[in-house]
Amino acid sequence: MNTLWEFLSMSDANVRFVTIGSILLAASSAVVGCFTVLRKRALVGDAVAHAVLPGVCLAFMLTGEKNPLVLLLGSFLTGWLSLVIIDAITAHSRIKEDTAIGLVLSVFFGIGILLLTAIQHSGNEKQSGLDKFLFGSAAALVGQDLITFGAVAVLLLLSVLLLYKEFKLISFDMAYARTIGLPVRGLELLLTTLTVLAVVVGIQSVGVVLMSAMLITPAAAARFWTDRLGVMIFIAAAMSAFCGAAGAYVSFTAPAMPTGPWIVMLLSLLAIFSFIMAPKKGLLARYLLQRRLRNQMTRENILKTLFLLGETKEEFGHSYSRQQIMERRKLPLLRMQGGLKALCRQNLVKKDSAGWALTDAGRKEAQRVVRLHRLWELYLTQYLQVASDHVHEDAESIEHVLTPELEKRLEELLNYPTTDPHQTIIPQQP
Amino acid sequence: MNIDAFWIILTGALVAICCSLLGCFLILRRMAMVGDAISHAVLPGIVLAFLFSGSREVWTMLIGAALLGVACTFLIEFFHKKANVSADASIGVTFTWLFALGIILISVFAGKVDLDQDCVLYGEIAYVPLDLWLTQSGLNLGPRTVWILGGVLVVLLLFISLFYKQLYLTSFDPAFAAAIGLSTTLWYYLLMGAVSLTTVAAFESVGAILVVALMVGPPATAYLLTDDLKKMLLLSAVAGIIASAAGYYLALWLNGSVAGAISAVIGIEFLLAFVFSPSHGLLSRRRQLMPVANG
Repeated sequence: MNTLWEFLSMSDANVRFVTIGSILLAASSAVVGCFTVLRKRALVGDAVAHAVLPGVCLAFMLTGEKNPLVLLLGSFLTGWLSLVIIDAITAHSRIKEDTAIGLVLSVFFGIGILLLTAIQHSGNEKQSGLDKFLFGSAAALVGQDLITFGAVAVLLLLSVLLLYKEFKLISFDMAYARTIGLPVRGLELLLTTLTVLAVVVGIQSVGVVLMSAMLITPAAAARFWTDRLGVMIFIAAAMSAFCGAAGAYVSFTAPAMPTGPWIVMLLSLLAIFSFIMAPKKGLLARYLLQRRLRNQMTRENILKTLFLLGETKEEFGHSYSRQQIMERRKLPLLRMQGGLKALCRQNLVKKDSAGWALTDAGRKEAQRVVRLHRLWELYLTQYLQVASDHVHEDAESIEHVLTPELEKRLEELLNYPTTDPHQTIIPQQP
Repeated sequence: MNIDAFWIILTGALVAICCSLLGCFLILRRMAMVGDAISHAVLPGIVLAFLFSGSREVWTMLIGAALLGVACTFLIEFFHKKANVSADASIGVTFTWLFALGIILISVFAGKVDLDQDCVLYGEIAYVPLDLWLTQSGLNLGPRTVWILGGVLVVLLLFISLFYKQLYLTSFDPAFAAAIGLSTTLWYYLLMGAVSLTTVAAFESVGAILVVALMVGPPATAYLLTDDLKKMLLLSAVAGIIASAAGYYLALWLNGSVAGAISAVIGIEFLLAFVFSPSHGLLSRRRQLMPVANG
């Protein structure tokens, strides 16, 4: 607990730099990342991150010193160039985008490594620390870096705020954006530039490989919680900022732990949690919905079978054993058991010594399903000219889905029929 | 050419052939970035294998990394198909997560693991001739890496020549392949297993980045030169070999990393094909477009 307080009070200047730097960096790259992910260009960030290296080396070779601004400028130029080349390759040859990204990424990085090793072997003493651009070292952040990060973060946030509507349009509906006369090319270029800027700055703290996680992971996670872009950006930025601080805390308590990888690790865990647990879109929520629908179908099928059994005897109160139900309609035993129990609880079916019987409420519900089934069969034969011996299967699945409104429309369309294509009576609305 | 240069170029050429053969199938399936992802995601597998075996024992490392590589593709598929994450985002999330895990493992077991991330990223092919395989009687059989890569190459050549038709069909027309009873999933995972195996065998000598460069570059170059898969496989292997030989001398001249230089040569090769390819190059396309523009 004490370490947490010590961390939160930020009395140590180094802790302050690392924490605030990580938060700024993580949040600003998450904001830009939302747009790249939505535009399905997530991996472009990876290419930029790798393409930064030759720029850094060239800038160093030309100036012979490690002026951070010059290095940033160099990395910005090659990062930007890599994106232009990817676009040119995909536009002017039959190479697909993923191949172009992989090619540009590895070739630029290879050239970078070649230059870096050449510089290292040349014996220039000033070169040490250039590889900070390779692996990043959040722990080595100093006040100077913080000012750069802060400036870039403000710049990114301001541009996104000012051009929010335009960026939103080109992310979702490029064709429409073009039609209403937006300067699409220019906006894309600006968005690209912002991405490169975020990558170039961020790389110094998390390194080449993990930089793309800072762009992609929070955006992919936030997408699961909302359908609104504004909310998504906010969630992504908040998640990233939290993980940035938490990553800094981890390396504060255990100095051997690298900050960058921990930020990415926490972000990934949050993202995986979102993929699974998010309401509505999450894996679990969708699975539960699916199961609920399947159970409802089983229940409706049981009711229907009881109704059909009663129909042949023209006596609906009669009880049937599970065996008899199974003879009329094959249902998986386990699911039928659960279904019968649930129906009992809902008071649609009652149990006695001879087996299971429909209650009044159950009969009404069963009638509704059978009615839908037969209406649909009639509709298929009359309007779609499907042979009457082919319509049953289709009606089996649609009967669970048709809404009361559709039922009404069908009835009107078929002119309030009384019998289905097999000449059986369509039960009337109770 | 002295003997060290010979071994280095041979190693490079072996890696180049392995990677570019597999890369052809990857880029045809539009999965170039999956190769990139696997080459990074094997890191935790290597670290874990290292921890269990306590040494750079080749076979445990191969197995550990191959498992992680397949797990990585499985996760990508899972996030994409089951959780509805878009394809590229699911690649990005998965491999960065595994790579971060690898680095964290390295820092946790810093004392026990003799690995660092720069050796994973760009390896050091120049050290290949140092690690010789000596038999007990003292016979010098040449560098160990060459033997490992040679073994992997033989396995790959067998795999591709025996199952050429299956790989071909599942890459070009998965629907038809499924219709005639081929399991697309099985071939997908077999291919990914081969990619992981190659990555691991190659990583120690050339590093992840050169693996990606060789998996994407030569096949992309060959893709611009031919429409026939067999020719494409052959051309990309040749392009890879040329790149590794030319890269070695470029590195010698600049006194820099061989892996980096090979990637640079791959870039030049692609650039040449991109501009001058007789069928799909920039110039020939322009020539084909000319009459339309004039008329």
